Amino acid sequence: MTRTNANPVFRALADPTRRAIFEELTRQGEQTVHALTHYAGISQPAVSKHLTVLKRAKLVRHRREGRETHYRAQSDALAPMVDWLNLYGAFWRDRFDRLEALLERMNP
Amino acid sequence: MSNPAVTSPAESPRSLVIERVFPHPPEKLWRALTERPLLAQWMMNNDFEPVPGRKFQFRADPMPNWNGIVDCEVIIVEPLQRLSYNWGVGGEGGLQWVVVWTLTPAEGGTHVRMEQSGFGPGQQAAYGGAKYGWQKFFANLERTIGGVE
Repeated sequence: MTRTNANPVFRALADPTRRAIFEELTRQGEQTVHALTHYAGISQPAVSKHLTVLKRAKLVRHRREGRETHYRAQSDALAPMVDWLNLYGAFWRDRFDRLEALLERMNP
Repeated sequence: MSNPAVTSPAESPRSLVIERVFPHPPEKLWRALTERPLLAQWMMNNDFEPVPGRKFQFRADPMPNWNGIVDCEVIIVEPLQRLSYNWGVGGEGGLQWVVVWTLTPAEGGTHVRMEQSGFGPGQQAAYGGAKYGWQKFFANLERTIGGVE
């Protein structure tokens, strides 16, 4: 029940700072690294590191303009999460059936 | 004797909900959810204990892409009403979910609701510095997407 392609997304968002950065991008739209550093309250190298992880998970995209790099959220990268929940839907329905059968077998 | 299961991932990406009314009292459901040998019969082999903070595992036969192990930690135990645990697959760096069982007395039995979601209350507690809850995160995301398109 693990599909490797979903892992980068989960791993990226399991970190609260990255989640906060990603949310800031979904809320505010495109932001510069400079602005994100100010928002996150941590060093710029640390922010850049987080952005690299988000970029690898395809959760953000970037473009350069002069000296500044601008980042924006890629919301469709969350699709693996939806796939996952669909997969678990079948799993849990099966377990509910087995639970029902067990309840019939149990003493009152 | 039961309602068809209801799932709603399409409507809401934040969680999966399965609900069913079982023609049995909550006491019986609670036993099936919390007693190790009973739990093993319908879920998986386990070393579960209904104690918040207790780590335990569900173990199934390994299959392709899954070693058969689910690493869990009990979050909430409210006898006959609510049970919640973390649900981790893939070990370190793997996928983390939160499962919440809610039992409600219903006509002729018990309404059972299972919700599986991404980073939930347990994870927020684990990462004390988390600024935003997962739900709020998705709410904002949905609003943003709605505003863009």
